[in-house]
Amino acid sequence: MSSHYEAPIRKPLVTGDKSYHDVTEDIASAVEGKANKLWWIVFGISLSAFSWGIGCIIYTVSTGIGVWGLNKTVGWAWDITNFVWWVGIGHAGTLISAVLLLFRQKWRMAINRSAEAMTIFSVIQAGLFPIIHMGRPWLAYWTLPIPNTFGSLWVNFNSPLLWDVFAISTYLSVSLVFWWTGLLPDFAMIRDRAVRPFQKKIYSLLSFGWSGRAKDWQRFEEVSLVLAGLATPLVLSVHTIVSFDFATSVIPGWHTTIFPPYFVAGAVFSGFAMVNTLLIIMRKVSNLEDYITIQHIELMNIVIMITGSIVGVAYITELFIAWYSGVEYEQYAFLNRATGPYWWAYWSMMTCNVFSPQFMWFKKLRTSIMFSFIISIVVNIGMWFERFVIIVTSLHRDYLPSSWTMFSPTFVDVGIFIGTIGFFFVLFLLYARTFPVIAQAEVKTILKSSGEYYKKIRDKNE
Amino acid sequence: MSTVKKYWKSVDQLDQKNPIVDKLEQNEFPNKLPQDFNKDDSKIEDVSTSRRDFLKYAGFTTAAATVAACEGPVIKSVPYVVQPERIRPGVANYYASAIADGYDFASILVKTREGRPIKIKRNSDSPLFGSANARVHASILSMYDSLRLRGPKINKTDSNWNDFRSEITKKLDLLSKSNKPIVLLTQTFASPTAKSVIKKLISKYPNITQVIYDTVSESEALDAFENTYGLRALADYDFSKSETIISIDSDFLGDWQGGGYDKNYAKARVPENKTHGNSKMSYHMQFESNMTLSGANADKRIPCTPSELKTVLAFIYGELINKSIDTTLDPKLEKSAFLALERIKSSGTKATVVSGIQDVNAQELILAINTIIKSEAFDPKNPRLVRKGNSNEVNKFVKDLTSEKISGLITVGVNPVLNLSNGSIISDAIKKLDLSLSFSLKMDETASACNYVAATHHYLESWGDYEFKTGYYFLAQPTIRPLFDTLQFQDFILSITDENENYYSFIKKYWTDNLLGGNSFSKALHDGYYKKAYSIKNNKSFRPNDMFAKASILVEKDKKGMSLILYPKTGMGDGQQANNPWLKEFPDPITRVSWDNYITISKNDADVIGLKNVSVANGALNGSYANIKVENQSLIAPVLIQPGQSEGTIGLAFGFGNKMGLKKEMQVGVNAYKLYINQNRVQQVSITPADGFHEFACVQLHNTLMGRGDIIKETTLEIFNTKDKEYWNPVPKVSKNHIETMVTSPEVDMWQEFDRSIGHHFNLSIDLNSCTGCGACVIACHAENNVPVVGKEEVRKSRDMHWLRIDRYYSSEESFDQDNKSVDDISGLGDSLSKFGQMENPSENPQVVFQPVMCQHCNHAPCETVCPVAATSHGRQGQNHMAYNRCIGTRYCANNCPYKVRRFNWFLYNKNDEFDYHMNDDLGRMVLNPDVVVRSRGVMEKCSFCIQMTQKTILDAKLEGREVKDSDWSCACSDACESGAMVFGDINDKNSEVSKLKSNDRMYHLLESVGTKPNVMYQVKVRNTDKKI
Repeated sequence: MSSHYEAPIRKPLVTGDKSYHDVTEDIASAVEGKANKLWWIVFGISLSAFSWGIGCIIYTVSTGIGVWGLNKTVGWAWDITNFVWWVGIGHAGTLISAVLLLFRQKWRMAINRSAEAMTIFSVIQAGLFPIIHMGRPWLAYWTLPIPNTFGSLWVNFNSPLLWDVFAISTYLSVSLVFWWTGLLPDFAMIRDRAVRPFQKKIYSLLSFGWSGRAKDWQRFEEVSLVLAGLATPLVLSVHTIVSFDFATSVIPGWHTTIFPPYFVAGAVFSGFAMVNTLLIIMRKVSNLEDYITIQHIELMNIVIMITGSIVGVAYITELFIAWYSGVEYEQYAFLNRATGPYWWAYWSMMTCNVFSPQFMWFKKLRTSIMFSFIISIVVNIGMWFERFVIIVTSLHRDYLPSSWTMFSPTFVDVGIFIGTIGFFFVLFLLYARTFPVIAQAEVKTILKSSGEYYKKIRDKNE
Repeated sequence: MSTVKKYWKSVDQLDQKNPIVDKLEQNEFPNKLPQDFNKDDSKIEDVSTSRRDFLKYAGFTTAAATVAACEGPVIKSVPYVVQPERIRPGVANYYASAIADGYDFASILVKTREGRPIKIKRNSDSPLFGSANARVHASILSMYDSLRLRGPKINKTDSNWNDFRSEITKKLDLLSKSNKPIVLLTQTFASPTAKSVIKKLISKYPNITQVIYDTVSESEALDAFENTYGLRALADYDFSKSETIISIDSDFLGDWQGGGYDKNYAKARVPENKTHGNSKMSYHMQFESNMTLSGANADKRIPCTPSELKTVLAFIYGELINKSIDTTLDPKLEKSAFLALERIKSSGTKATVVSGIQDVNAQELILAINTIIKSEAFDPKNPRLVRKGNSNEVNKFVKDLTSEKISGLITVGVNPVLNLSNGSIISDAIKKLDLSLSFSLKMDETASACNYVAATHHYLESWGDYEFKTGYYFLAQPTIRPLFDTLQFQDFILSITDENENYYSFIKKYWTDNLLGGNSFSKALHDGYYKKAYSIKNNKSFRPNDMFAKASILVEKDKKGMSLILYPKTGMGDGQQANNPWLKEFPDPITRVSWDNYITISKNDADVIGLKNVSVANGALNGSYANIKVENQSLIAPVLIQPGQSEGTIGLAFGFGNKMGLKKEMQVGVNAYKLYINQNRVQQVSITPADGFHEFACVQLHNTLMGRGDIIKETTLEIFNTKDKEYWNPVPKVSKNHIETMVTSPEVDMWQEFDRSIGHHFNLSIDLNSCTGCGACVIACHAENNVPVVGKEEVRKSRDMHWLRIDRYYSSEESFDQDNKSVDDISGLGDSLSKFGQMENPSENPQVVFQPVMCQHCNHAPCETVCPVAATSHGRQGQNHMAYNRCIGTRYCANNCPYKVRRFNWFLYNKNDEFDYHMNDDLGRMVLNPDVVVRSRGVMEKCSFCIQMTQKTILDAKLEGREVKDSDWSCACSDACESGAMVFGDINDKNSEVSKLKSNDRMYHLLESVGTKPNVMYQVKVRNTDKKI
């Protein structure tokens, strides 16, 4: 089969002389085995962070948004910063699974499952914020165009916030369906191996009666392709729409036409960084070094480097356009961003997002696992600051100097953010113990072409 | 017909009278039920409670419990048994009345709803004193103060009026017999009838002497007037007749000599519509130490120390009579003094010189100067009677009191224990008196030192008549039945002087006999005022030489050390309404700090002494504490660096630092009266830094305009007169297809314009020339719209809720004009970094400008497009509506508002113990306007253009079948604005005032370039600057 042939200069994507059975064993072991101590420790920490976050959310909802650090001038700060940050992180999943699928990038197969899981989990975190940031969150359903008895009340289709509701919910549902479709053969694999009846029952439910017939596989391939086609525009649209929250406004520093591409690039940037963070740990903990290889990490580092540079260009373009526009408010907004009271946030952002990825030009650095891990964290810190800078520094000094003020977070702001990080890891850790974390069915399809063992056999035969 | 199917069981049933059948029918269970759960059947049978009974009980208790649980909260609302004639539910009644609390004197209208006063308005029909400042507007809330005295008290225990009266009479008789002196220490009543009531009292008890005591003294000006004209009064000024106003330390836009001068001042400050290019406006020059409202509005402001002020006055007088006085003025100051002199000379009779220097000689000089120049604005013939206090008498009283020469004290409407510098000594002395009686609204410091406390009416529960100015009479009437078991001072006195008369009939009699001359009392009561043409005789001619000596005495060498200038704050005045949350939250127009008083100091002095103002992480302002010492009194107060404060001087406001009769949250600030030694507001002071920082609640944290000339457009009178509108008020342009197009042109409009020509279309015009920044509108808006008070902590977090704010900007350079120029001159990045950095700091003696900002009701509102649930949307009449019920609180609208006028309910501000202000008690909630909803937490709110008022106007006209008149339209703010800066109306009515203002050359919109098309417009500020010499 031609698909079993791959140019010898390509490095193997699966190392360590894996046979089909080895792949099955390796992937299933995490689900079938027992959790180690480290897992329990990390899970415990995440769970307590999560509970702390829940406490802070309950406090906010029962007392009022006043428990946050917001004020009359700065109406959004950590809430929407966190929202955009989490949505951005969620971007890598779809990009890896959908766009790379369409481009037939086989290296995606080792990471797409976890990247998509990360997407879903982070979109859940993101979705929390628009709800709890409302003054009256119990009325959040009013943002949905549901026929109602309130009279002729309808949502405002002009509002970018409403577009967000559609964008995020569409994104979450498509991602979920895509993810689950990919999971079906793998769930079936675990079901077939399960010895305990309860486990078998659960996995047979989860696998939707996958039988492994040729027809199943054919439909599986078709659906994957269709979903990939559907999800690809979402990669661009979701963050474009999130950026509209700002771009369609009249506030200097928000009102910027460059935002859609800039936000998308930023989202991919932060998403890949988060994938790197997670997978570098996971490959170690779950012994998946043979599947998630240095090559995978290197490729992701290259994406980080490129998107980081795009983001950098966007930052500089913003500054240039502000100067070039001749609008004094615009000029001051960007001058203030870089040199005003929040200069430290701006330069943290610049350092983390623009300067740090440039190290990836060096092969030695981008193939260093430790370095990649550090950079991935740095990038995520930088991207959080980017959203903070955009939101807070634009608002805190806008048109009328009489309203200028500053923002400082309270323990509740911080608590909720930490809580969502906790929630995210709770979900991810549960996922790592119960789901096949690598799309083993897909990996098996490339084993003969890209597996080290088969490559070696081929090399010998040539 | 429905029948119940009957089953026959035996033939016996046919016999209806068969007792056995009857018995069996009654018996539900003919056979005994098997009871195998309890073998001892007999016991069960012995129980008197049957199964049915059990079910009955169970049913009843369940039903009862259910019913009890269903009971809703009981809200007592008692309907009228007899419907009052004039009260219609939902329709407001207005009553003319007057306030005369010893500090504020004004003719007002009281709005009542269902018999409950809810708002104060100025009485615009009144020829004079028909002005209500922020404190007068807020005074309505002081009536609903939950800490008011609710009945008379004897030795701190509750009593009743009969016992109280008999005890007081007994004491008075006793003291009268032994002829022991009693002092009646009162506020200035300015009331002819109250005067005769007191006369009655004194004639009955001749051992009583009255001492009039003004908390903030104008004694020296009164002395000067008395010396000159023989009447203890204050000269009046009509600044609308002035072309040149030279003020030497007179804050006449504030509370100087009773205040209320702003209306006429503003009249002359607006350059008339430009027809032939010779528009005129008055020229105002201010010499002063503290930065005051008057100084902020002046065309030229010269900071001076108190001794320099006296010298300047002497110098001007000397030059006017062509006799130079030996003065040593700083050359710069001398130049300014010469400039003032030139202006006085060139304006002739249209010049006015006023002064607030607390010195009899200085005040006599002022009278002399205005007489010499024949100032048209100067009116000594109908002087003001709103201040009567005599510092010498007060000092003598204190001496007598402390040396135990007097045996009794009756205080009325004053609080000497708090408001005199030696309060604690006075308090101790009062406790030793045979009779100490205080007529007071609150258990204040004086009341708590007294044995007898007579709880008095609030002025809205009282009758009163006043003569604020000779010939101008005013009436006050109660607008609600007394809320508590209180009695008015005059009524109490009448009741002990053996008369069966009450104060009301007494007033009526006095007026009919002495004043009205056949005119109707009811008409006067309805109008609230009555004018009787008479003026005092005075043909005083000044002999310049006499005065020359006095002028020479005035010249004094600069004293060493710092001078402290005590002043009343716009919001708090003398401090008698210290428990009024509206006034506490009211930001000072100059410093924009609420909830505090503080030492104002110049930047240079602060640097030398080592005092700092710093901002913390959330932007809030902190100030160092400083220890100030005057003679042997000292106190620690926070420091606020005040641009424009004269070097060598510090300021400190009265009206704070009291604790008694105040809720805990309201006990803020320091008591400046402690340093008010001999009632002299200028004191030599030493100031040293103290430890720690004070947390201020300042609503405006950035003070300069950053060269943003399109926010406040201004020009000079010269340019205004000589250049086209395009030059000094251009509409911003945008480039479309490389053609410069005005932003107002439909060409560059993204939106399709609605037809707004049908129906009403409301606009509000704000004239930056006539706005003095007094803040009456802020409180009026607060009262009308049920705006919550959030407290110091929240204001400090920049969460003030005011729908209407008055932005105050200082120039970074000497003038705003130079600010704009220096921004234009910026070249390169480095330059812009340093320039903008410098511009964040105000100049040492900056120009000041006030700009009231509320929701601009944009026709293209950025807030409307972004609300996901369409809670804010545009009305047919131009308003930007806010549907609170629909709001889910995303705050997106507030973020996208270029004017930052939207206010969010961060917490629940009513019925919440965390916010223990008026909305947390039943009494305080009585002030709420029933036409405006009280917002819950989590929703956005903002100015509504008082839609409840415009709708009422429309419906009234509809009911009467007529068109709405232009004069019918109003908002709370435009109603309160006595300077006429705010004009509200319908621009679809082409003859309306606001339509004319819209086509005025000076008209501009705030941030026009954003394209929001606001329905609020501003009129360019024109400054009457000096021509370049």
